[in-house]
Amino acid sequence: MKKPPTIITGTVGMDAHVIGTKVVSRALRDAGFKVVELGMQVTPEEFISVAQETRADAILMTSLYGMAELDLKGFNEKRQEAGLGDVLLYIGGNLVIGRYDPKEIEPRFKKLGFDRVYPPETDIQAVIETDLKSDLRARGRI
Amino acid sequence: MDNIRLLVDFGSTFTKAIAVDLTKVEVVAAARVPSTVETDITMGLEEALKIISAKTKISNLEKKEALACSSAAGGLRMVCCGFVPELTSKAANLAALGAGAKVVAGYSYKLTQQEVKEIEALAPDILLLAGGTDGGDEQVILHNARMLALTGRAVKNIIVAGNKTTHDEIKAIFRNKTKNIIYTRNVMPEIGTLDAAPCNREIRELFMKNIIRAKGIAKAKTIIKDVIMPTPSAVLEAAKLISGGWKNEGGFGELIVIDPGGATTDVHSIAQGNPVKSDIMMVGLPEPYEKRTVEGDLGLKYNLDRLLELAKEKETPPGFENIVKRFHEGKLPATEAEIACHRLLSRLMVEVALERHAGKIEIIYGPAGEKLMQHGKDLTGIKSVIGTGGPIIFSGNPRHILEGVLFHEENPFILKPKNPAFYLDEPYILFAVGLLSQVEPDKALKLARKYLKQI
Repeated sequence: MKKPPTIITGTVGMDAHVIGTKVVSRALRDAGFKVVELGMQVTPEEFISVAQETRADAILMTSLYGMAELDLKGFNEKRQEAGLGDVLLYIGGNLVIGRYDPKEIEPRFKKLGFDRVYPPETDIQAVIETDLKSDLRARGRI
Repeated sequence: MDNIRLLVDFGSTFTKAIAVDLTKVEVVAAARVPSTVETDITMGLEEALKIISAKTKISNLEKKEALACSSAAGGLRMVCCGFVPELTSKAANLAALGAGAKVVAGYSYKLTQQEVKEIEALAPDILLLAGGTDGGDEQVILHNARMLALTGRAVKNIIVAGNKTTHDEIKAIFRNKTKNIIYTRNVMPEIGTLDAAPCNREIRELFMKNIIRAKGIAKAKTIIKDVIMPTPSAVLEAAKLISGGWKNEGGFGELIVIDPGGATTDVHSIAQGNPVKSDIMMVGLPEPYEKRTVEGDLGLKYNLDRLLELAKEKETPPGFENIVKRFHEGKLPATEAEIACHRLLSRLMVEVALERHAGKIEIIYGPAGEKLMQHGKDLTGIKSVIGTGGPIIFSGNPRHILEGVLFHEENPFILKPKNPAFYLDEPYILFAVGLLSQVEPDKALKLARKYLKQI
């Protein structure tokens, strides 16, 4: 990568489970990305303003406590208004409460504006190498 | 004698004038005559002043000092364009309503050719162009500016209150166009922040400088001092003063003014409306402390069909539909049964208008049990509700109509007032209080206290 793309990470909303986002950040950094690590309990508004400020290429959110949908209410509208319609959006973790079929919830998060939705125990390195890099390439970001 | 102040309201149907003795803080004369905006606004005004003169002596100087508001010639008609419906479009709408405008249409996202045609057909007095937070999206507002630059004379005044980084480019788009473009601060400078005040000022300024001239209202200035605001704006100014008080003179505190009319129902709330319990989360765009909404489908004269539809869920007296049919044909209520019907419809208008104006609670079930989310203002603690307008005043039972604002146990998620005191603006004085508040706020407050009757 000539100029490393900027990726924002953090747990969204009220979720304080910080390990996931730390692992994601570390893996991104190791892969050569510039990472803006916001840590835990990041509001949707904070993701938006930091993305504007850093001209981020992608946002990778994590959430473990099952309330991500609630935390992300209105997020898609806000990011459009903020001119971030072309920023790549990923989310992964325990996205709803209880056992669930990842295929079933994917459309719900896609509707919230996410390009990719991952279940728990996803291999982050595989995500970076296959999905993230090809998505960024498709948008001319690398 | 320089202690009389004349206050005038040029309405679409009637021109109203009130003479206030500022020393005694008393209404000494009032007049109501048909409006003559279509022909020559000064004719109606002269007529009203003649009636006033017959009751009290007024000097030419006092006429020269008279202030007026106007909703004549269609009122201040605005079209709002924003980007996302719940964000900048809503912010633009709130800003326009707060300035006393009648929002004749609202648009979101990129305008289509069809929509631009609609806008041209509407020929609004002012078009409010918003979109994007500061530093946020530029594409939509620029696209919309380009589309609007192609319009003809029907779209003349445009206020730009969107993403400030687009201003230079918008200027370039409108270069060589004979349009009056005004740039002001973004109505939504960042996500979730509403900043309507600068936009409000520009709207009112434009109204005073251009719009009243274009509508032939400015001719009144040959007799009186000025037409300083749209009538709804005067009512909102009155509500603000009556709520907040002036200097040491306390006001009524947080309040609601409700004004059901022939074509629309206006609701003003002067209230914070924060959640009453700490575990309730606020969601959505914060609403202004001084909030005005206009229900365009709730009018006793022009929206009877819609009211009939709403009344279907209510218990109605025998012959109800037939009576309403006669209202349709222009009949005014005269018999006991007709007045009762009118009352029922008016109460319905008040109920529905408040339901839409008030905040709502949404329950979401999570691992920690239920979570309450509040959209809009919690008005349950409001202490005063002021009713104005013909449908309330002439109803025979104003309190019954005003009680339409009340909270209902069976519908606990609509945050309507629980236990307010009710006041009636019987002499139709709110517009005058609002106008007077601009020059003599202390007297205006006293006037309101004297003439608003608790019922």
